[in-house]
Amino acid sequence: MIFALQLFHFSAAITFAFFASVVMGITLRNTGPEMVRYGLKCFGWFVLGMFIAGWLMWILHH
Amino acid sequence: MQKTETTANTAKPASASATPATTMAIIAPALGWLIPGAGHLIQKQWIRGLLLMISIVSMFALGVAMDGKVYKANTGDLLDILGFVGDVGAGGLYILSQVLDWGNAAIAVAVADYGTKFIVVSGLLNVMAAVDAYHIAMGRKK
Repeated sequence: MIFALQLFHFSAAITFAFFASVVMGITLRNTGPEMVRYGLKCFGWFVLGMFIAGWLMWILHH
Repeated sequence: MQKTETTANTAKPASASATPATTMAIIAPALGWLIPGAGHLIQKQWIRGLLLMISIVSMFALGVAMDGKVYKANTGDLLDILGFVGDVGAGGLYILSQVLDWGNAAIAVAVADYGTKFIVVSGLLNVMAAVDAYHIAMGRKK
């Protein structure tokens, strides 16, 4: 690869959460509205987990 | 004894309640594995298929663009074997990466590790999508 895409850790994690939530919403629920709700819920949990993990690492480091 | 016979007569054979496997139930997951989202598209689930395709292909492409590692078949470290299993889930994308020799560069940037995870997870998500296509083909999901 001539150049490597340089995402920040935060943007990489958000991108990961977004695509994973889309697939999980579609595959793990049956109807359209349920899929949207579950996808949004997954995305929210991903982001929340990311912030919690980030603060935990900060606390452990200090 | 009489009671046992009555029970045996009223009990349904296990195969009677199961949905018979159709050609679509074989083609949809296989095609879905080979081309992400195609298992849904072939069953006219256009929006779901396109969203799955965009999501899985984007994750794999971003992983490769971040210089992530694409695992080859190996019998070494357990994590490497698991990484290979995850990568193979991406189907045609994995084959393409091997043909075009993607994901073999020496890791030189910090986010390359994220790239490796993006590639593995895109493979695992593709397996989920293929299983979902199978469930739709079998009529277990609409």
